[in-house]
Amino acid sequence: MNVTVKKDNASAVTMQVEGRVDTTTAPELENEIKNVMTDADKVSLDCEKLVYISSAGLRVLLSAHKAMAKKGGTFEVCKVSDDIMEIFEITGFSRILNIK
Amino acid sequence: MNTLDILAKTENLDTVMAFVDERLEKAECPMKIQMQIDIAVEEIFVNIASYAYSPGEGPATVRVNVDDEHKFVDITFIDNGVPYDPLAKEDPDITLSAEQRQIGGLGIFMVKQSMDDVIYEYRDGHNILTIKKALKG
Repeated sequence: MNVTVKKDNASAVTMQVEGRVDTTTAPELENEIKNVMTDADKVSLDCEKLVYISSAGLRVLLSAHKAMAKKGGTFEVCKVSDDIMEIFEITGFSRILNIK
Repeated sequence: MNTLDILAKTENLDTVMAFVDERLEKAECPMKIQMQIDIAVEEIFVNIASYAYSPGEGPATVRVNVDDEHKFVDITFIDNGVPYDPLAKEDPDITLSAEQRQIGGLGIFMVKQSMDDVIYEYRDGHNILTIKKALKG
Protein backbone atom coordinates (compact mmCIF):
# COMPACT_ATOMS: atom_id res chain seq x y z
CA MET A 1 0.00 0.00 0.00
CA ASN A 2 1.08 3.55 -0.75
CA VAL A 3 -0.48 6.79 0.38
CA THR A 4 0.18 10.13 -1.27
CA VAL A 5 -1.00 13.32 0.41
CA LYS A 6 -1.81 16.46 -1.55
CA LYS A 7 -2.96 19.71 0.03
CA ASP A 8 -5.78 21.20 -2.06
CA ASN A 9 -5.90 24.41 -0.02
CA ALA A 10 -5.35 25.55 3.57
CA SER A 11 -8.01 23.26 4.98
CA ALA A 12 -8.61 20.54 2.37
CA VAL A 13 -6.47 17.51 1.70
CA THR A 14 -6.68 14.76 -0.89
CA MET A 15 -5.05 11.44 -0.07
CA GLN A 16 -4.50 8.90 -2.77
CA VAL A 17 -4.36 5.32 -1.59
CA GLU A 18 -2.76 2.78 -3.88
CA GLY A 19 -2.69 -1.02 -3.62
CA ARG A 20 -4.10 -3.16 -0.84
CA VAL A 21 -5.55 -2.08 2.48
CA ASP A 22 -5.55 -5.17 4.64
CA THR A 23 -4.88 -6.16 8.26
CA THR A 24 -1.17 -5.51 7.76
CA THR A 25 -1.39 -2.14 6.00
CA ALA A 26 -4.56 -0.63 7.54
CA PRO A 27 -2.75 0.80 10.62
CA GLU A 28 -0.46 2.77 8.31
CA LEU A 29 -3.44 4.27 6.47
CA GLU A 30 -5.04 5.07 9.81
CA ASN A 31 -1.92 6.97 10.91
CA GLU A 32 -1.71 8.88 7.65
CA ILE A 33 -5.35 9.94 7.92
CA LYS A 34 -4.90 10.95 11.58
CA ASN A 35 -1.89 13.06 10.65
CA VAL A 36 -3.72 15.08 8.01
CA MET A 37 -7.00 15.27 9.92
CA THR A 38 -5.73 17.59 12.63
CA ASP A 39 -5.30 20.54 10.25
CA ALA A 40 -7.99 19.76 7.70
CA ASP A 41 -11.71 20.44 7.52
CA LYS A 42 -12.07 18.24 4.51
CA VAL A 43 -10.24 15.02 3.73
CA SER A 44 -10.86 13.24 0.42
CA LEU A 45 -9.63 9.72 -0.09
CA ASP A 46 -8.95 9.04 -3.76
CA CYS A 47 -9.53 5.31 -4.30
CA GLU A 48 -8.78 5.13 -8.02
CA LYS A 49 -5.74 2.92 -7.39
CA LEU A 50 -7.18 1.01 -4.45
CA VAL A 51 -7.44 -2.63 -5.50
CA TYR A 52 -8.41 -4.36 -2.25
CA ILE A 53 -9.96 -3.52 1.09
CA SER A 54 -10.81 -5.90 3.93
CA SER A 55 -12.75 -5.21 7.12
CA ALA A 56 -9.57 -3.84 8.74
CA GLY A 57 -9.57 -1.11 6.08
CA LEU A 58 -13.30 -0.49 6.36
CA ARG A 59 -12.84 0.11 10.09
CA VAL A 60 -10.27 2.80 9.30
CA LEU A 61 -12.69 4.51 6.91
CA LEU A 62 -15.52 4.38 9.45
CA SER A 63 -13.26 5.80 12.19
CA ALA A 64 -12.12 8.59 9.90
CA HIS A 65 -15.69 9.38 8.92
CA LYS A 66 -16.78 9.53 12.57
CA ALA A 67 -13.77 11.56 13.70
CA MET A 68 -14.17 14.14 10.94
CA ALA A 69 -17.92 14.43 11.60
CA LYS A 70 -17.24 14.93 15.30
CA LYS A 71 -15.04 17.95 14.63
CA GLY A 72 -17.49 19.37 12.10
CA GLY A 73 -15.46 18.42 9.05
CA THR A 74 -16.01 16.15 6.08
CA PHE A 75 -14.45 12.86 5.08
CA GLU A 76 -15.19 11.73 1.57
CA VAL A 77 -14.23 8.85 -0.64
CA CYS A 78 -13.91 9.28 -4.39
CA LYS A 79 -13.12 7.43 -7.65
CA VAL A 80 -14.23 4.09 -6.22
CA SER A 81 -14.01 1.14 -8.63
CA ASP A 82 -17.01 -1.14 -9.19
CA ASP A 83 -15.42 -4.03 -7.30
CA ILE A 84 -14.64 -1.90 -4.24
CA MET A 85 -18.09 -0.29 -4.46
CA GLU A 86 -19.63 -3.74 -4.23
CA ILE A 87 -17.81 -4.25 -0.92
CA PHE A 88 -19.17 -0.90 0.30
CA GLU A 89 -22.63 -2.01 -0.74
CA ILE A 90 -22.71 -5.42 0.94
CA THR A 91 -21.40 -3.93 4.18
CA GLY A 92 -23.77 -0.94 4.19
CA PHE A 93 -20.82 1.45 3.87
CA SER A 94 -22.23 2.89 0.65
CA ARG A 95 -24.93 4.52 2.76
CA ILE A 96 -22.60 5.68 5.54
CA LEU A 97 -19.65 7.16 3.69
CA ASN A 98 -19.73 10.30 1.55
CA ILE A 99 -18.94 8.76 -1.80
CA LYS A 100 -18.25 11.12 -4.69
CA MET B 1 1.05 -29.25 -2.53
CA ASN B 2 -2.30 -27.77 -1.72
CA THR B 3 -1.89 -27.70 2.03
CA LEU B 4 -0.07 -25.07 4.03
CA ASP B 5 0.82 -25.63 7.68
CA ILE B 6 1.71 -22.38 9.31
CA LEU B 7 1.88 -20.63 12.66
CA ALA B 8 -1.38 -18.71 13.10
CA LYS B 9 0.12 -15.23 13.39
CA THR B 10 -0.99 -12.04 11.65
CA GLU B 11 2.59 -11.63 10.43
CA ASN B 12 2.05 -14.76 8.31
CA LEU B 13 -0.97 -13.33 6.48
CA ASP B 14 1.08 -12.44 3.39
CA THR B 15 2.38 -16.01 3.15
CA VAL B 16 -1.16 -17.40 3.38
CA MET B 17 -2.41 -14.94 0.75
CA ALA B 18 0.43 -15.78 -1.62
CA PHE B 19 -0.27 -19.50 -1.17
CA VAL B 20 -3.97 -19.09 -1.96
CA ASP B 21 -3.49 -16.57 -4.79
CA GLU B 22 -0.98 -18.78 -6.57
CA ARG B 23 -3.59 -21.54 -6.74
CA LEU B 24 -6.39 -19.19 -7.77
CA GLU B 25 -4.25 -17.73 -10.54
CA LYS B 26 -3.41 -21.20 -11.80
CA ALA B 27 -7.16 -21.87 -11.91
CA GLU B 28 -7.65 -18.67 -13.95
CA CYS B 29 -9.89 -17.19 -11.31
CA PRO B 30 -11.41 -13.83 -12.37
CA MET B 31 -9.89 -10.85 -10.51
CA LYS B 32 -13.09 -9.85 -8.79
CA ILE B 33 -13.69 -13.32 -7.41
CA GLN B 34 -10.07 -13.54 -6.35
CA MET B 35 -10.51 -10.33 -4.37
CA GLN B 36 -13.61 -11.71 -2.67
CA ILE B 37 -11.83 -14.95 -1.81
CA ASP B 38 -8.77 -13.02 -0.58
CA ILE B 39 -10.96 -10.98 1.74
CA ALA B 40 -12.58 -14.14 3.12
CA VAL B 41 -9.18 -15.79 3.61
CA GLU B 42 -7.82 -12.71 5.37
CA GLU B 43 -10.79 -12.41 7.70
CA ILE B 44 -10.70 -16.08 8.67
CA PHE B 45 -6.93 -16.36 9.08
CA VAL B 46 -6.68 -13.14 11.10
CA ASN B 47 -9.53 -14.37 13.28
CA ILE B 48 -7.65 -17.59 14.01
CA ALA B 49 -4.42 -15.65 14.60
CA SER B 50 -6.15 -13.25 16.99
CA TYR B 51 -8.39 -15.55 19.01
CA ALA B 52 -7.81 -19.29 18.60
CA TYR B 53 -4.78 -19.53 20.91
CA SER B 54 -4.94 -16.19 22.69
CA PRO B 55 -2.84 -15.23 24.59
CA GLY B 56 -0.45 -17.89 23.23
CA GLU B 57 0.04 -19.04 19.68
CA GLY B 58 -0.49 -22.22 17.71
CA PRO B 59 -0.71 -23.77 14.27
CA ALA B 60 -3.22 -23.45 11.44
CA THR B 61 -3.68 -25.51 8.32
CA VAL B 62 -4.96 -23.97 5.09
CA ARG B 63 -6.06 -26.37 2.36
CA VAL B 64 -7.02 -25.19 -1.12
CA ASN B 65 -8.95 -27.52 -3.38
CA VAL B 66 -9.70 -26.38 -6.92
CA ASP B 67 -12.28 -28.37 -8.85
CA ASP B 68 -11.24 -27.64 -12.42
CA GLU B 69 -14.09 -29.56 -13.96
CA HIS B 70 -16.87 -27.80 -12.10
CA LYS B 71 -14.99 -24.53 -11.70
CA PHE B 72 -15.19 -23.96 -8.01
CA VAL B 73 -12.76 -23.75 -5.15
CA ASP B 74 -13.06 -24.75 -1.54
CA ILE B 75 -10.65 -23.58 1.10
CA THR B 76 -10.50 -25.17 4.53
CA PHE B 77 -8.97 -23.67 7.66
CA ILE B 78 -8.14 -25.94 10.58
CA ASP B 79 -6.92 -24.97 14.01
CA ASN B 80 -6.92 -26.73 17.37
CA GLY B 81 -7.57 -23.67 19.48
CA VAL B 82 -10.63 -22.90 21.56
CA PRO B 83 -13.87 -24.09 19.95
CA TYR B 84 -15.34 -21.13 18.11
CA ASP B 85 -18.11 -21.04 15.55
CA PRO B 86 -17.81 -17.69 13.75
CA LEU B 87 -21.11 -18.35 11.97
CA ALA B 88 -22.95 -18.21 15.30
CA LYS B 89 -22.01 -14.55 15.63
CA GLU B 90 -24.90 -12.20 15.02
CA ASP B 91 -24.69 -10.18 11.79
CA PRO B 92 -24.00 -6.47 12.21
CA ASP B 93 -26.96 -4.19 11.48
CA ILE B 94 -25.82 -2.59 8.24
CA THR B 95 -28.77 -0.20 8.17
CA LEU B 96 -27.48 1.83 11.14
CA SER B 97 -26.02 5.30 10.71
CA ALA B 98 -22.28 5.95 10.95
CA GLU B 99 -22.65 7.18 14.53
CA GLN B 100 -24.42 4.01 15.60
CA ARG B 101 -22.32 1.58 13.61
CA GLN B 102 -19.92 -0.42 15.71
CA ILE B 103 -16.36 -0.78 14.55
CA GLY B 104 -15.98 -4.50 14.14
CA GLY B 105 -18.08 -7.59 13.49
CA LEU B 106 -17.80 -6.97 9.78
CA GLY B 107 -15.24 -9.57 8.79
CA ILE B 108 -17.23 -12.78 9.03
CA PHE B 109 -20.30 -10.97 7.69
CA MET B 110 -18.34 -10.14 4.52
CA VAL B 111 -17.31 -13.80 4.27
CA LYS B 112 -20.92 -14.95 4.51
CA GLN B 113 -22.10 -12.36 1.97
CA SER B 114 -19.46 -13.04 -0.68
CA MET B 115 -18.93 -16.81 -0.51
CA ASP B 116 -21.37 -19.36 -1.95
CA ASP B 117 -21.11 -21.53 1.13
CA VAL B 118 -19.46 -21.35 4.55
CA ILE B 119 -19.42 -24.45 6.74
CA TYR B 120 -18.16 -24.76 10.29
CA GLU B 121 -17.64 -27.89 12.28
CA TYR B 122 -15.80 -28.80 15.45
CA ARG B 123 -14.36 -32.26 15.21
CA ASP B 124 -11.73 -34.15 17.24
CA GLY B 125 -10.53 -30.99 18.94
CA HIS B 126 -10.31 -29.00 15.70
CA ASN B 127 -12.15 -25.96 14.42
CA ILE B 128 -12.77 -26.68 10.74
CA LEU B 129 -14.09 -23.84 8.60
CA THR B 130 -14.63 -24.30 4.87
CA ILE B 131 -15.55 -21.67 2.32
CA LYS B 132 -16.74 -22.47 -1.19
CA LYS B 133 -16.86 -20.19 -4.19
CA ALA B 134 -17.64 -20.69 -7.87
CA LEU B 135 -14.80 -19.49 -10.09
CA LYS B 136 -17.09 -18.13 -12.78
CA GLY B 137 -18.07 -14.48 -12.83
